[in-house]
Amino acid sequence: MQRLEALIAEASSLAGAEAEAARQLQICNACRYCEGFCAVFPAMTRRLEFGRADIHYLANLCHNCGACLHACQYAPPHEFAVSLPRAMARVRGKTYVDYAWPESLGGLYHRNGLTIALLLAACLAAFLALAASRTGQLVGRPLAGNFYAVFPHGLLAWTFGLVFAFACLALAIGVTRFWRDLAAGRASAPALGEATASVLDLRFLGGGHGLGCNDEDDAFTLRRRRFHHLTFYGFMLCFAATCVATLYHYVLDERAPYPMLSLPVLLGTIGGIGLLAGPAGLLWLNVRRDAAHREDSQNAMDRGFIALLFLASATGLALLAWRDSGAMALWLAIHLGVVMALFLTLPYGKFAHGVFRSAALLKWAIEKRVPAKLKLSED
Amino acid sequence: MLDVLVIGGGNAALCAALTAREAGASVMLLERAPKPWRGGNSPHTRNIRCMHDGPQDVLVDSYPEEEYWQDLLKVTGGRTDETLARVAIRASSTCRDWMRRHGVHFQAPLSGTLHLARTNAFFMGGGKALVNAYCRSAEALGVRIRYGAHVDALELADGRFVAARIGAERIEARACVLAAGGFESNREWLDEAWGTNERGERPAQNFLIRGTRFNTGVLLRFMLDAGADRVGDPTQAHMVAIDARAPLYDGGICTRIDCVSLGVVVNREGERFYDEGEDFWPKRYAIWGRLVAAQPGQIAWSIIDSKAIGRFMPPVFDGTRADSLPELARSLGLPEDAFLRTLARYNAACRAGSFDHTALDDCATVGLVPAKTHWARPIDTPPYFGYAVRPGVTFTYLGLKVNERAAVHFGGAPSSNLFTAGEMMAGNILGQGYTAGVGMTIGTAFGRIAGSGAAAAALGKTQRAAA
Repeated sequence: MQRLEALIAEASSLAGAEAEAARQLQICNACRYCEGFCAVFPAMTRRLEFGRADIHYLANLCHNCGACLHACQYAPPHEFAVSLPRAMARVRGKTYVDYAWPESLGGLYHRNGLTIALLLAACLAAFLALAASRTGQLVGRPLAGNFYAVFPHGLLAWTFGLVFAFACLALAIGVTRFWRDLAAGRASAPALGEATASVLDLRFLGGGHGLGCNDEDDAFTLRRRRFHHLTFYGFMLCFAATCVATLYHYVLDERAPYPMLSLPVLLGTIGGIGLLAGPAGLLWLNVRRDAAHREDSQNAMDRGFIALLFLASATGLALLAWRDSGAMALWLAIHLGVVMALFLTLPYGKFAHGVFRSAALLKWAIEKRVPAKLKLSED
Repeated sequence: MLDVLVIGGGNAALCAALTAREAGASVMLLERAPKPWRGGNSPHTRNIRCMHDGPQDVLVDSYPEEEYWQDLLKVTGGRTDETLARVAIRASSTCRDWMRRHGVHFQAPLSGTLHLARTNAFFMGGGKALVNAYCRSAEALGVRIRYGAHVDALELADGRFVAARIGAERIEARACVLAAGGFESNREWLDEAWGTNERGERPAQNFLIRGTRFNTGVLLRFMLDAGADRVGDPTQAHMVAIDARAPLYDGGICTRIDCVSLGVVVNREGERFYDEGEDFWPKRYAIWGRLVAAQPGQIAWSIIDSKAIGRFMPPVFDGTRADSLPELARSLGLPEDAFLRTLARYNAACRAGSFDHTALDDCATVGLVPAKTHWARPIDTPPYFGYAVRPGVTFTYLGLKVNERAAVHFGGAPSSNLFTAGEMMAGNILGQGYTAGVGMTIGTAFGRIAGSGAAAAALGKTQRAAA
């Protein structure tokens, strides 16, 4: 009972987004109609009280599919005003800030919107274009795709490598702290495998029946799952293209530009197309989303990230198309500016959702393999 | 002219509209509630009781017709109609493929409902997801759905439906299905039905409405006044004991209090009044609404100690908590001496046994009236918790007499084009009592029968006219 009392004390001391999520979860836990949709509800039924760590865990397990809201007999206008997708989205916003490293930069989440993202990309592109023009290489002379004639390879590798490494470090420290609070225990191989599969196939955007999640109304569609796949796998192919190119450069001593049918260009082109279609689709769905399960305070962050992904791909493909023309240096400056903006905002923007969600999915895969402590009379 | 007009927006109405449309009729459905509240009581449901002779997807084992019928006979105490009951039972064995075609998904039983794994198929997401699916399917098939369309009167001629009225608006159709629910949210009618009890109280004034706020029985009253044959007793209803703090309407599933069988229940005088451990709670919860309705002030308190925590479905509101029984009595506003006497007598009467809340165990009281026949353990381990409960009415059983074609009757003669389904006629089968998921069985079976009958009535007429 002491543990229960401690939890009650903790639950009652919750504030804001967490307190509201706890209030709604108590209603959900007494109802349980949504158990079939996703992992959030089976995880919820293993608990009687919702402390801070539980709430952050469940919030990050939630994929914001919207199914539970449309099925909810207690959704507004009911006086219980249950809207779990929105309550969970608000808590997730807090997760990213609370676990940000360094802590002082956590506030960036609130400011990391569409405008900032675009301005940052534009400034960096302008700066790079200016730098290129100072050496007289911006426009005019076709350079036959020789990027390093504009910006030396070493300079690019070091600056982008360092910024990317910082983003990885910041997210790794944040999620490690999160993981510690979840107290998940050790992950067995099957648990790890299941969590990985859940991340890679986004099964919880399937609605439990595989028909998908809700967008603008109570109908189920696979659009969000598919556009997310295009985005994620497009991003990974672009990333793979960069890695392969790095190997070519250092190991095989083959320098860019690579032929159209070379591995780096093929990977980058296919990935780039995915990274155009995916974010465009996600933005379309984001704008059309049912207002009842859209969390407006996060639209800016979502759209900023989506816009940078789209622009990174669009400018990359433009660079490829015009790499032999006189405008190559200009496109290179613009592309690098966008990519640098993407990297800089990576640890303090929407990208974080993937890292924290993966951790929550792993926790669920571990937890579901442990017999439940509760023994309700009907189980 | 419109072929089939369906009045109502819940499961039975939607089943009728879909079936009539599938039969080729033009169909309009009039839902009184605004869209966010659509579906009557169906959003509060979660499963359908289904007959099956062998394992079927989410249903394990078998649940033959005869067993289903016997269950129904038992819970209704014989106040049922065997012919109509068997029509519904048989339909329940084949309706699920049709439900799936219209977008309903079934799932294994929810946590806390394993005892229903054999008999009941659960809707993924519950009844509101089912209503959403049916509405999408109906609209895709061309059924016109109007929300906020409150029919307040019908035009009838010689037992035939002519038109429905929404204020000054008049809607004609060749046939009509009435599926507009009972009268549970008409508190004046409930008050009139329950009258004054032997203590001079008006019990219904202390009832909460667990179901929709839109079932005020306007059409039921209209039809009874118009001379339609009636069935059932106006005080009979699906009535459970729910948390006294539940909202007046639409409390739904989460306001239930599931710890009754793990402790004792006392009334306002601090006295016990019924065997809390008579049977598993899911088999008993539907009688506790009436038990509490018979107590002074129509209120009672479920009392447990900390041994019960984690063994029952968590309640939506926190219980009143105290570190001693006298403190609990004071916090709950119960007469302290009487309460402590009741608890002391109960605690002393508990015979030691091997407690098992998942079985009908041997923990019973000895020499106590009323006895507690299972799960009786002394209430002696602080902290203690108390939950006030009141009667919660889900839906009423007073309805319109029908035959196996769901036709409304006037003076013993069936109407040729007016049909009814759902709670407006469930009382034909449910004279009293309840068993989980049977409301949806009746609504689905008779909704489809009514829809098909209405389509036949409407289209037969058209064909004759054309010929």
